[in-house]
Amino acid sequence: MTLLRSTLDTASPEFAANREAMLARLEELAAEHAKALAGGGPKYVDRHHGRGKLLARERIELLIDPDTAFLELSPLAAWGTDYTVGASVVTGIGVVSGVECLIVANDPTVRGGASNPWTLRKTFRATDIAADNRLPVINLVESGGADLPSQSEIFIPGGRVFRDLTRASAARLPTVTLVFGNSTAGGAYIPGMSDHVVMVKERAKVFLAGPPLVKMATGEESNDEELGGAEMHARTSGLADYFAEDEHDALRIGRRIVARLNWRKLGPGPSVPPVEPRYDAEELLGIVPTDLRTPFDPREVIARLVDDSDFDEFKPRYGTSLVTGWASLHGYPIGVLANARGVLFSAESQKATQFIQLANSADIPLLFLQNTTGYMVGKKYEQAGIIKHGAAMINAVSNSTVPHLTVVMGASYGAGNYGMCGRAYDPRFLFTWPNAKSAVMGPAQLAGVLSIVARQAAAAKGQPYDEETDRNLRAMVEQQIEQQSLAPFLSGRLYDDGIIDPRDTRTVLGICLSIIHNAPIRGTDRFGVFRM
Amino acid sequence: MISRLLIANRGEIARRVVRTCRALGVSPVAVFSDTDERSPHVAEADLAVRLPGDAPTATYLRGDLLVQAALDAGADAVHPGYGFLSENADFAREVERAGLTWVGPPPAAIEAMGDKVRAKHLLADAGVPVLAEIDPDHVAEHHLPVLVKAAAGGGGRGMRVVRSLEELPAAVATARAEASAAFGDGTVFCERYLERGRHVEVQVLADSHGTVWALGERECSIQRRYQKVVEESPSPAVGPELRAAMCSAAVAAAKAIGYVGAGTVEFLLGDDGRFYFLETNTRLQVEHPVTECVTGVDLVRWQLAVAEGAALDAQPPSARGHAIEVRLYAEDPAQDWRPGSGPLHRFDVPGVDVEFGIGAVERGLRLDSGVVDGSVVSVHYDPMLAKLISWAPSRTEAARRLAGALAGARIHGPHTNRDLLVRVLRHPAFLAGDTDTAFLATHGPDALAAPLADEQARVLSALAAALAGAAGNRVASVVQPGVPIGWRNLPSQLEHKEFTTRDGRVEVRYRLGRGGLEVAGLEGIRLVSVEPHQVVLDTAGVHRRFLVESYGDDVHVDSVLGSVVLRRVPRLVEPGSVVAEGSLLAPMPGAVAEIEVTEGEDVRAGQPLLVLEAMKMRHAVRSPVDGVVRAIKVSAGAQVDAGEVLAIVS
Repeated sequence: MTLLRSTLDTASPEFAANREAMLARLEELAAEHAKALAGGGPKYVDRHHGRGKLLARERIELLIDPDTAFLELSPLAAWGTDYTVGASVVTGIGVVSGVECLIVANDPTVRGGASNPWTLRKTFRATDIAADNRLPVINLVESGGADLPSQSEIFIPGGRVFRDLTRASAARLPTVTLVFGNSTAGGAYIPGMSDHVVMVKERAKVFLAGPPLVKMATGEESNDEELGGAEMHARTSGLADYFAEDEHDALRIGRRIVARLNWRKLGPGPSVPPVEPRYDAEELLGIVPTDLRTPFDPREVIARLVDDSDFDEFKPRYGTSLVTGWASLHGYPIGVLANARGVLFSAESQKATQFIQLANSADIPLLFLQNTTGYMVGKKYEQAGIIKHGAAMINAVSNSTVPHLTVVMGASYGAGNYGMCGRAYDPRFLFTWPNAKSAVMGPAQLAGVLSIVARQAAAAKGQPYDEETDRNLRAMVEQQIEQQSLAPFLSGRLYDDGIIDPRDTRTVLGICLSIIHNAPIRGTDRFGVFRM
Repeated sequence: MISRLLIANRGEIARRVVRTCRALGVSPVAVFSDTDERSPHVAEADLAVRLPGDAPTATYLRGDLLVQAALDAGADAVHPGYGFLSENADFAREVERAGLTWVGPPPAAIEAMGDKVRAKHLLADAGVPVLAEIDPDHVAEHHLPVLVKAAAGGGGRGMRVVRSLEELPAAVATARAEASAAFGDGTVFCERYLERGRHVEVQVLADSHGTVWALGERECSIQRRYQKVVEESPSPAVGPELRAAMCSAAVAAAKAIGYVGAGTVEFLLGDDGRFYFLETNTRLQVEHPVTECVTGVDLVRWQLAVAEGAALDAQPPSARGHAIEVRLYAEDPAQDWRPGSGPLHRFDVPGVDVEFGIGAVERGLRLDSGVVDGSVVSVHYDPMLAKLISWAPSRTEAARRLAGALAGARIHGPHTNRDLLVRVLRHPAFLAGDTDTAFLATHGPDALAAPLADEQARVLSALAAALAGAAGNRVASVVQPGVPIGWRNLPSQLEHKEFTTRDGRVEVRYRLGRGGLEVAGLEGIRLVSVEPHQVVLDTAGVHRRFLVESYGDDVHVDSVLGSVVLRRVPRLVEPGSVVAEGSLLAPMPGAVAEIEVTEGEDVRAGQPLLVLEAMKMRHAVRSPVDGVVRAIKVSAGAQVDAGEVLAIVS
C-alpha cells in the first residue's frame, strides 16, 4: 500500500476562490440540466399526466431496481441548437433485476417524442455504449417518429437504429422493447427488430401506416386498434410477446424479462473490496484553479478518487509532467494517466507508451485524467523527436484494447486531447468537469496565430496592417473559440457523455467500471509500428 | 424417589418444569402434538413422546396416551403443569393406577374442589367466608348483578356477568354451552358479582405430614375476559392484618380438604376489606413465579419433594420486596382480544437475568417463555407467548423495570398485547396500586390498547424501514454495490416507498443526495447513519435509533417511539393479484363455522355474513356496507388462513 498524502490547503484563499468558481459553474450546469429535465415544459407534462401516462424518467425510475443508481447519458444533447436540450430522448444505464442495462426512453412531452438529428446522435451514442460494453438494451417507446421538417438529416442515417438493434441481438445482447404509445411507420421496426416486445393495452400503436394512409393507399377502412393495437399484436400478428394491462404492468413485465435473461457479465468482478478514499471528495471543488493556465497536482485528485487513496506511482521521477500509476476504484484495478503540468514532452510520451503497454499485458483498464495544453513545441523539442514520441503515445492509446475512461478535468488542447484519449480515441466513457475546455489550442493562442498569419500575409502583399481591425478580429475570434471550447457546447454536440460534478467523479467511474466489465477485458499484444 | 418425570404439558410450563428437573438431576420427558414437534420444550427434554394429532382433545387431553407415554419412556412420575388435565382427578387416578407418582394433590382433593358448588359448601363449613351461590333459576332483581359460572370451570371459560334479568337465560345458555365444550360438564351456577372487587389469591404448599404453608398472596385483578393479565405479590391492597386473615383462611381451606402439594386459594376482596372464597386451584398457577421471586421458594421443586414424601419446615420462609408478572399474549386487544398465530421470527427481551429460575438477588428480571426465535404460534393452543416477571425492593421499581424491558423487547411475529401491558404498568392508577377487576374497563380498553407508536413514530419508522431496505439492497446487490443509495447525476424525483400498517398506509418519498437526506413532508431531519438493520435519524437535534428487521414483505421497526410493523407494498403488482374491491378477508386463521348468506343476496352494513371459529371463539364476519353479496369464496367447514378472501360484497 502506498498512500497518497494530500498537501492541499483547504484554508487557503486560492482553495476558496477555486471552490467558489466551481460552484458557480455547477449552478449554471444545474440550470442547463433543469432544461433537459423539464422536457416539453409544464403544459405538455400536465397533458401527458392527464392521460394517465408516466413521463420518460418516471418510467425509468419504476423500471430500475429500487435504490440503485441511474447514470443518465448525454443529458445536454442538442444544447446550443434549435432543438430542446436533451434531444427528446432519455438515455442512460440502470440496474434492472440485477442486470446493468442500457435504457433508451422517448420523451413524449417534447414534440410527441419525435426524433430530430440530435435524438439520433444521442441514441447512436447509447447503442455504441451497449455494443462496446455488452449491455442489454431496453427501449421505452412512445414516439411520433421522425421530426418531419428535419427528415433529410434523419431518414438516411436513421436506418442505423434498426440495424443496431438486430446486430445487438446477433451479438447475443438482448433487446427489450416496451411500447407505451405511438411506435409507427419506421418506428414500428423498433419492436419489430427487438428480441422481447411488450405492448400496453389500448395505448400501444404499432403499424407501418395509420388509417388515413391505408385509406389513401388501398382504400381500406381501418382503425388504430385493428392496425396496431396491443390486443391485436398479442393475439393476431404475434408482434407483441407480452400484453400489458397498463404502463406499470409493462414495466413489471420488462423487469421479469430481464430477470429471466440468465445474464452473465463476461468480465471479472471487482478484485478487492472497495474502500472509500481517505480524503473528502468535497475538496475536489477547490483543486482546479480558476485560470487553467495555472497547473495543479493531479495526485490531489487521484487521492480523492481511488480506493483508500492508495496509489502506486509508476516512474515518478521520469517524465514528471505526466503522472502514471496503479490503483483500484470500487474494487476494480485501474491504471491512471494524469497530466501534471499540462505539457507533454518526449519523456512523458515514452512513459505513457510504456504504461499503456503494461496495462494491456495485464488486462487493466485505463483512466485518463486530462489537463493538457498539448505536446511541447520548439526547435529543441522538434529536433529531439517530439512528433515521433507523441506519435508513439497516440499509437499506444489507439491500439490499446483494454477499456479506457476519460475525465476532462481542465484543459484539453491540441494533440494532447488525442494522446490522452479524447473522444476520437473511443474511450468507453468520457466525462467532463464543468470548468473544462477543449479546443485545438487556447483561444488567445489561436487568435494570436491568426493575427500573426494575417500580419504576414499583409506584409507579403506589401499592404498596411490595420491594428484596430486586428484587435477586433482577435477579440472576436477569442470569444468565439472560448465559447466553442466550453463544456456545455461540447457536451451538446455529444463530444462527451455528460458534464459531471467533480464530487461525483468516483461514483461515475465506479459505475462505468462496473459497466465495462460486462464485456471481457483483454489487452492487445499488437500495436502499430512504433517509430524509434 | 423420582428419577424420570413425564411432563404432561407443553409450552412455557413444560420448560419451567424441565428447568427444575435439571436442577434436581431428574430426567425430564416431554410430550408433543404434531404441531409442537419442534418446540423448545421438546428439544430441552431428555426424551419426548409424540401424541399424534394437533387438537388438545387428541393430544394433551388424552390421559390414556399420556400414561402410556410415561410408561414407554420409563418415567416414574407425572407432572401435569397447569391447564389441560392438571385438575382432572380421573387422570390423577390413572397415573397412580399405572404405578406412577402423581405430582399433585390427592385425586379426592381435586374432586372436592373441582365442583365449585360443593367446594363452597365445604369451605363455608370450615369457616372460610364465601359468596352464597344462587340457583340460576332463582335469580331475582335484588341479586343483580350476578356472575354465571361453570361449576367445573377455570380460566374464565363459561363465565358471564348478568346485569338484568332479561339477559340471564341467554347468558346461562351460552355459559352452559361453553362449559360443556371446554370441560365436558355444562353445570353452571350464579353468585353475587362485586363490580369493583380485587382478585387476591393465596399460594399454599402442603406436605403429606400435615404441614401447610401459606406463601403470601398474589393480586391478579387486572384481567381481560376473566383471564389474568398482570399479577403481583404482595397485593398493594393487603396489609399485614388482612394478609394474616387470608392466609389462615387459605390454610384452613387446604386442611379442610386434606390438601397436599402446591395449590391456590382464590378470594374476591371487596372495597370494604372483606374477602370471599372464590375457588381453589389444585395445581401450579400460571402466575406462580411472582411468589417464587418474593419468597425464593422453587414451587416445582417442592411439588416434587412433597410427592416424594418430604416434610416442610414448620414455618414458611418470609417474603421480601415486590414482584410483578405480565402475560404476553399473541392477541390483539384493539380487536376484541382476537388471538394471533403464525411465525414468531424473533423474540428478544433485553436484560433478562434468569429464565424460569429463582433469582437469589434482591432485584431482577425473569422470563418464562414458551417460545424462542423461529417458533410458530399455533391456532390450536392458548396464545400466551411468555411471562415476564420483575422483582425489586419496591413495587414502583419493579413496575418500571418490567415496563422498560417490555417496551424494549423485539417481538417479531403475530400482534401481541405488549403495548397494552406497557401502558398498564405505566398507568398512574396502576402505580398508585389502584387496581381492581374492572381496571381495563375503567381506564378505557381502547386507550390502553392504543399502540405506543403514534402517527409520527409510524412515519419515522417507515422512513427507517425504507432507508434500511435501501442499504440492504445495496449490500445484497450483485452489481455496483459500492455506489451510493439511489445515486442520480440528474435527480428528477424522489424515491417512493409505500407500506401498510395496522393503522393505514404510510408513504415515504426520499432522496439521499449530496445535501443529505431529503424527505417529502418532513423538515429538520438528518440521517446520521444507515445500515441494513439499523438507522439513526436526527430529528431536531435528537438522535433516534431504529432497529429494522425484514421477514419477506414484513418489516419490524423497533425504537423508543414504539414498535411498528410495516408491510411493503410492491411497486409493480401483477394484475389480478390485487384483492378485488369489497373483499372480506379472514381476520384470523380458523374454520368457517357457518355461512349465513347466499350469493346475490342483499345485505345491510353490519349484517353477519359468515362465522369463523378459532380458539373456541366465534367471530362474525360482517358486511362493511349495504350491498349485494357478489361471491362467497369459502364453504362451511373450510379451514382458512388469515388474509384469505371469504366473500365479496359490493
